[in-house]
Amino acid sequence: MLPRKSTAAAVAATLALSVSAGAALARDQIQIAGSSTVLPYAKIVAENFGETYTQFKTPIVESGGSSAGLKEFCKGVGEDTIDIANASRAIREKEVAACAEAGVAEIQEIRIGYDGIVFATDINGPDFALTPVDVYKALAAKVVVDGALVDNPYRKWNEVNPDFPDWDIAAYIPGEKHGTREVFEEKLLAVGCKETGDLEARAAAGMDEKAAEKDCIAVRKDGSAVDIDGDYTETLARIDANRTGMGVFGLAFYENNADKLKVATVGGITPSTASIASGEYPVSRPLYFYVKKAHLGVIPGLKEYVEFFTSDAMVGPDSPLAEYGLVAAPDEEREAVRKGFMDGNTM
Amino acid sequence: MTATANAIAAENGAAANSAAGRRDLGLKKRYAAERRFRLLGAAAIAIGLFFLAALLFSVVSKGYTAFWQTSMALDVTFDEAVIDPSAKRDQDANVLLMANYPNLARDALVRALGIDDPGKPVLRDVGGMISNGVRTQLRDRVLADPSIIGTTQTIWVLANAEIDSAYKGQIDLSVDESRRKVNDRQVAWMKDLSGRGILQQRFNTGLFTFGASSRPETAGMGVAILGSLYMMMIVLALALPIGVAASIYLEEFAPKNRLTDIIEVNINNLAAVPSIVFGLLGLALFINFAGLPRSASLVGGLVLALMTLPTVIIATRAALKAVPPSIRSAALGIGASKMQMVFHHVLPLAMPGILTGTIIGLAQALGETAPLLLIGMVAFVANYPATPLDPATALPVQIYMWANEAERAFVERTSGAIIILLVFLAIMNITAILLRRRFERRW
Repeated sequence: MLPRKSTAAAVAATLALSVSAGAALARDQIQIAGSSTVLPYAKIVAENFGETYTQFKTPIVESGGSSAGLKEFCKGVGEDTIDIANASRAIREKEVAACAEAGVAEIQEIRIGYDGIVFATDINGPDFALTPVDVYKALAAKVVVDGALVDNPYRKWNEVNPDFPDWDIAAYIPGEKHGTREVFEEKLLAVGCKETGDLEARAAAGMDEKAAEKDCIAVRKDGSAVDIDGDYTETLARIDANRTGMGVFGLAFYENNADKLKVATVGGITPSTASIASGEYPVSRPLYFYVKKAHLGVIPGLKEYVEFFTSDAMVGPDSPLAEYGLVAAPDEEREAVRKGFMDGNTM
Repeated sequence: MTATANAIAAENGAAANSAAGRRDLGLKKRYAAERRFRLLGAAAIAIGLFFLAALLFSVVSKGYTAFWQTSMALDVTFDEAVIDPSAKRDQDANVLLMANYPNLARDALVRALGIDDPGKPVLRDVGGMISNGVRTQLRDRVLADPSIIGTTQTIWVLANAEIDSAYKGQIDLSVDESRRKVNDRQVAWMKDLSGRGILQQRFNTGLFTFGASSRPETAGMGVAILGSLYMMMIVLALALPIGVAASIYLEEFAPKNRLTDIIEVNINNLAAVPSIVFGLLGLALFINFAGLPRSASLVGGLVLALMTLPTVIIATRAALKAVPPSIRSAALGIGASKMQMVFHHVLPLAMPGILTGTIIGLAQALGETAPLLLIGMVAFVANYPATPLDPATALPVQIYMWANEAERAFVERTSGAIIILLVFLAIMNITAILLRRRFERRW
């Protein structure tokens, strides 16, 4: 007889749970989702926010990527949708349109600072002084050799540039689902393609402009460039295993692991928060988060969270985020972001 | 006569010989085949054991240090001039909330190091040795008992994660100091404090009690353990009764026809469906349609219950089938109804098998991350969930989140969390074996 009784009890318990679910929907906690690049910064702010404003709960920060976060963000307005989407790239027009269609008409964009993308090798490796041209020649799928467009023939770094060591080309670059990949293509491959004159050669060979640009940023798939779909920890593990490999990292990750990695210069500039902030180091990108204006004043603490995030105590040059590796935006830009939020500017 | 007898005997002998020959035919070969098979079997087990040992070694060797955490015993003076310089704490409760508590700990460490007249850079290095979590630690202390303001208390304060990693030898101190986050001055202080017994490694209770944190030293599995516990309770409360009811009906009452065959095939199929599919279902059904909150362990539990159901049904049906038909016939023969036969005789005898199957299903659900990703449980959650409706994470999710962190101190924590998860799994599986041993009946 006993099993029957416990079955009844379990059913009753489940019913009670689902009934109380309706009552608990009034949300008192901010919900954030999005980019895994922004995640560590958002976590630091969320934690400090919870500790500083004891009347509010610590926000929930989900990771999963910029696109996934923005998709979730654009589902609609209401307590069962998220309040903030973190993104390591600017929102696309298509996404704004999708948002508007679902009723998320007013989106406020907050630019939090900059993130540098660096190349690094094992700490015992030689100094690498890369240029976009070197990166393009080493990693593009097709390059122009003697006037003809051929599959990338270079196997060793010193074939690309005689200053480089006699290492097999083995680069671990962010996979295509990463926002970082876009920056890598745009700031290095596309630039290198133009500088070598390969872009013109492609156009001369009969490609239309768009196709040529797309072909420029195609990465070789013969094993010399490996897409890493996981996080930087995976890239680090690959370099641990292959001491002559080169990896692409975020500046913050590199700085946390500087005892294991040696960073390469790009265009003669060593990446650092200073050289990125001044714009000298070429491979960097802004980081963003997007707020639903309709949720401000409805979700407790949301407005305070945005103000706290944009304050100099969090994103200034001498803040916890800067210490972690965020490149602080110049003073005027931070001031403009704060003013934009206060004025309620939407996209 | 003798000739015939001899001939017969000879014939017999020949027959016996040829029979023996036939019997021995290939005997050596067959023994050899058996030996080869045994060897292969032993080799298979050896390979399995080798990989298990390699896994355990890599996890334990990296993770055991996570159970100890570097702390410092500091004589913290709760100086009124620092906490409440304008003596307004009676009118304004925020004064005690916002006071500069990290400075109290920093000053205490300066005194412990015996530094006179420290300059700003020195102060920054000293402050960098202490965990930022000290703000809440001291604040909670003062809020709980404001009368300690003005007194000096000896308090164990967590060291910063970088100091912790350096003390445990996880940071290469031979490289140039600009390449690491602890500088030579801090290392010298660390050695000095350690020599005097002020800085030591203590058991890391925070690993079990703290919620998620961006600071490795104050990051713990508390929220994840509680979230997993809620989910397991929900899975148990849903999957066990529904699964058992479904299998009793299918096994004992349902007619055997094409429809039940189709149902059976589908149940077996569902058991093999990738778990991420259940996550998609959960997102569509429980969050988008039913409007349950995101990141809540209730939704996680519901999704995992769906995932565990086929396992429970298959195990229960096997356990019911294993009860001999004679028990059923005997019960029916003395006039029991079919339902009495099932609930009084068959089900109690099948219970050990059902429980074993359920626990194995639960263990499987405990290790799942993929379905939780879509319902928002792969998240940074710092506050404890009071009910299953509050946001929470789960044990494997915490492992995944820590594995992606940049700081060195999260490496050992990742492995430490894996050890904790393995211990939970081992406990569940041992319980399953014990239950079976205790209640199993053989016929």
